[in-house]
Amino acid sequence: MNWVTKMFSSSLGQKFIMALTGLFLCTFLVIHMIGNLQLFKSDFGLAFNTYAVFMTTFPLIKVVSYLLYASVLFHAFKGFMLVAKNRKARPVKYAVQDGAANSHWTSRSMGLLGTIILLFIVVHMKNFWYEYKFGHEIGYTAYIQDIHKDTLVSQAMEPSYTQVKKIEEVNYSNESGQYHVTIVKDLYKEVAVEFKEWWLVALYVLCMFAVAFHLYHGFQSAFQTFGINHSKFNGLINFIGIWFFSVIIPASFAAMPLFFFFK
Amino acid sequence: MTSKLDSKIPEGNLEQKWTKYRSTVPLVNPANKRSLEVLIIGSGLAGASAAASLAELGYKVKVFCFQDSARRAHSIAAQGGINAAKNYQNDGDSTYRLFYDTIKGGDYRAREANVYRLAEVSANIIDQCVASGVPFAREYGGLLSNRSFGGTQVQRTFYAAGQTGQQLLLGAYSGLQRQVGMGNVKMYARHEMLEVVTIDGVCRGIIARDLTTGNLERHFGHAVLLCTGGYGNVFYLSTNAMGSNVTAAWKAHKKGAMMANPCFTQIHPTCIPVSGDHQSKLTLMSESLRNDGRIWVPAKKEDAVALRENRIKPNDIKEEDRDYYLERRYPAFGNLVPRDVASRAAKERCDAGFGVNKTGEAVFLDFAFNTIRYGNMEATKKGMHNPTQDQIVEMGRAVVKEKYGNLFDMYQQITGVNPYEQPMMIYPAVHYTMGGLWVDYNLMTNIPGLYALGEANFSEHGANRLGASALMQGLADGYFVIPYTIGAYLNKEIMTKAIPTDHEAFVAAENKVKGTIDQLMGIKGTKSVDYFHKRLGLIMWNKCGMARNSEELTKAISEIQALRKEFWNDVRVPGDANEMNPELEKAVRVADFLELGELMCKDALTRNESCGGHFREEFQTEEGEAMRDDENYKYVAAWEYFEGNTWELHKEDLVYENIKIAQRSYK
Amino acid sequence: MEKNLNLSLKVWRQKNAKDKGQFETYKVNDISTDMSFLEMFDVLNERLIVEGKEPIAFDHDCREGICGMCSMFINGRPHGPKQGITTCQLHMRSFNDGDTIVVEPWRASPFPVIKDLVVDRTAFDRIISAGGFISINTGNAQDANALPIPKDDADESFAAASCIGCGACVAACKNASAMLFVSAKVSQFALLPQGQPERKQRVMEMVAQMDSEGFGSCTNTGACSAECPKEISLTHIARMNRDYISAELSSAK
Repeated sequence: MNWVTKMFSSSLGQKFIMALTGLFLCTFLVIHMIGNLQLFKSDFGLAFNTYAVFMTTFPLIKVVSYLLYASVLFHAFKGFMLVAKNRKARPVKYAVQDGAANSHWTSRSMGLLGTIILLFIVVHMKNFWYEYKFGHEIGYTAYIQDIHKDTLVSQAMEPSYTQVKKIEEVNYSNESGQYHVTIVKDLYKEVAVEFKEWWLVALYVLCMFAVAFHLYHGFQSAFQTFGINHSKFNGLINFIGIWFFSVIIPASFAAMPLFFFFK
Repeated sequence: MTSKLDSKIPEGNLEQKWTKYRSTVPLVNPANKRSLEVLIIGSGLAGASAAASLAELGYKVKVFCFQDSARRAHSIAAQGGINAAKNYQNDGDSTYRLFYDTIKGGDYRAREANVYRLAEVSANIIDQCVASGVPFAREYGGLLSNRSFGGTQVQRTFYAAGQTGQQLLLGAYSGLQRQVGMGNVKMYARHEMLEVVTIDGVCRGIIARDLTTGNLERHFGHAVLLCTGGYGNVFYLSTNAMGSNVTAAWKAHKKGAMMANPCFTQIHPTCIPVSGDHQSKLTLMSESLRNDGRIWVPAKKEDAVALRENRIKPNDIKEEDRDYYLERRYPAFGNLVPRDVASRAAKERCDAGFGVNKTGEAVFLDFAFNTIRYGNMEATKKGMHNPTQDQIVEMGRAVVKEKYGNLFDMYQQITGVNPYEQPMMIYPAVHYTMGGLWVDYNLMTNIPGLYALGEANFSEHGANRLGASALMQGLADGYFVIPYTIGAYLNKEIMTKAIPTDHEAFVAAENKVKGTIDQLMGIKGTKSVDYFHKRLGLIMWNKCGMARNSEELTKAISEIQALRKEFWNDVRVPGDANEMNPELEKAVRVADFLELGELMCKDALTRNESCGGHFREEFQTEEGEAMRDDENYKYVAAWEYFEGNTWELHKEDLVYENIKIAQRSYK
Repeated sequence: MEKNLNLSLKVWRQKNAKDKGQFETYKVNDISTDMSFLEMFDVLNERLIVEGKEPIAFDHDCREGICGMCSMFINGRPHGPKQGITTCQLHMRSFNDGDTIVVEPWRASPFPVIKDLVVDRTAFDRIISAGGFISINTGNAQDANALPIPKDDADESFAAASCIGCGACVAACKNASAMLFVSAKVSQFALLPQGQPERKQRVMEMVAQMDSEGFGSCTNTGACSAECPKEISLTHIARMNRDYISAELSSAK
């Protein structure tokens, strides 16, 4: 066996892959969250929609996104394999096992939480990514900015309207002033519409709990897997893992559907 | 000296004996070693170190242990430390001083040449252990730390917290497992040796029972090493592991190997007292605690009574009403007198009615004084000028915790009492057996090819072993003695081909074992094995324990004979012989203890003197100190077994050419 | 203060490795709180023997928490409800009158049940044989003090070396992983200068053996360390992770 395959097929190597892909996904979450904060802007979705175009067209981002999809799949696949292997290591279960006495429930539920997240990703991708890229539901919206008055109006285009690029920008002026018009595929509207469904909002919020708990253990666990466990730095790692990754990030994500639901 | 006992001590100066012998002992060439098989019974310090060392030399080795892994052997439980004449502390230690302390500590009942060799190789043991990764305690400068132990005035004890035995055993075990991995040693865990096979008076193998399947197995060996530890469990309650037994040694004994000084038993002074009838074993509190703990009982009997009735607490007793009896009786050594002396002094106080627990069989081991002392030292270190009493106690407790934390936790776990706040209660308990199979200088018994190493033999500790010397002896025998001395025998065995195990001697031996097992299974009586073991223990403890006299010993012998008879008529061994059967394992062991007990009493009865752990009440000074009789008893009592539990005594005279025998005094 | 308890025990009984096994319930009365858990089993066994039944087989030897032989899974936890102790050190004062106590053997595919509560832990020995040693033959050593070792390193090494090989880590782990056991040995030697020559080889060999025995993989739940009777730290697992990756990346093989 080649040393690379040997290393990554050992139990430690597989854990290493889980940690590596996991942390990569964590960095994605940060980017995704910061980008999506634009949903809260009162610009009828102009910034968000522009950002969506950028994210789906900029070449470097595209490359990274394929890496990301691969990571998600690999992380999930390896995760399922490890769960299966670990179950095999205890063919006869205990009649009574008091896991709560010796470990945090999140650490014992990574497979379950991960599965929920995976399902969530499927739903989420279907709702937005697929619709945005391949669907026919999402229409275009024109944003008309009055450059002098600094006002913005949005105007949905006819459903039949279509254009080659996802975004078209023109400047024009008439007697009433100078305008900057952006016609862009309106993912924002799709978001706003979808999140009027109470069950979808509930699902999203619940799934964000799964993300929170998954990362509550996962972030710190990755560092342990890399061998970073030192009294001087554990505090910082735990702080980031708990406050940033399992509170701020999931809470921000959860705020988005709630925001639209109650808007 | 009887002709049957040739100790084979080399000629020459004491200092030169081993060096010279080592250089002249015949060797076996590497090619021949590969075809010589050595069976090692027991995987403790002696067994594991011997197995690793012999396998490294090229011998084919098989190791047997009754536990599930070689790492479980009871050497693992040794707490305090291991002695070595390194003189790292610059406090006047030397090979001679260790030799002298050991002989004196053993009350002049050990062989000079063996003990000197032990002291000589002691330094190599530490080197070997450190090299194999044993994490001994160290000072801040990175060098090894030492502490003092009973019976010595130098600091020569190396230690690893309170788990020295564990660390040393795991060191030897890792060496053994390395050889197992290399295929040089074949390991037989969960196997118990039940018979020695001899052909024409020469040891040629063993019969072992696979404890998982119940199968009896025959194993041939050019030499057999019994590294099976001591027989303290004859007392039922002891600090030994539950499985520690005499069976292997006893089977050898019944095949002709002589048992030497069987009555020399060490009663350790600092054990947790018995709490009730349910008690299955006693837990030792390391002797190292005597470095910082002061032993006392109330000076007034009414206080002792009040304590027993739980009317007052130990801390209620004023300083002037306490009797620090060891410091009073032995001002030079104080709380650090040897074990036998400390144990007897505790018994004397308790017998006189000063015992402090509900059974009246306990004394205090108190850390309050040294807690305060350490607290004050810490305050000085930290530059605190007016520390409060609470601060001092707190800082002092931190120091005590650092030194003995694990022992204190263990004490609290067992007794439910916090020893940082109240003094510990301790009482002597059976701990070690100095007696064992008689061996010559080569560690060979009087059966050619059959060796005994470590606690299983009788050789180095005389009538009392000093603290931290058991680990030293086990490793000395296994690492540094047997690899040389076995050559003296095996070089003559190179022409002996492996004897097929269908040889009639193997068949006969196996049938004998099978007969015994069938007999035990067939009794189907009404009482459990433990029932008999407990009764035997009581007889031994009361009549052949810390103090003995001829009347009680005589009674004990007949009581044991009666008990043995009852056992063979009324024991109940449930289950089947062809499966894992812990009760059967116990039954086989207890059957042997029931014979050994009688021999111990007989030996004690024959030795009309008090020496070391053997205290005959008829032979004591007016102050209650042991009275040795060098005129008549300066010998090793080696007992030869005859059918029907009769024995003949052989005497090996002890010759002291390098030490002036004196009355042992720790005053 | 001492009192007496009446308890109900649900104990796993299994005649041999091939038997399917089942729970049996036993009532035990007048159990002194001063008894150890194993002494309570002694009492029960004594009764079973006298009643003509088969006593319960369980592993035990030193009964002072150091040999690592005792191995009961008590009310869902290895070595019972207390931290930092073995089954033999567990005393009945940790239980209440009327309690039902469920006792099972260690459960892991590399630890097959031999009988009742007795399991086979020789997998641990094989892991040690794979590399848990320093390859030095007897007699090769230099003077012990020729090699100064910082006290902190020696202490940390000792903390790892205090592992008793009982297997509670495997038993507690939801994945039946042996990482704490293996890492304790890897760490002990990794922290000492004597252990350096074989450091890379050791960790690779031991991990390979651990995997081939069929233990699960580590998911950093920390249950092992929390249940370890010697309270061996997770930092040793981190050290092994580190050592393993760097050994695989940098070793010649």
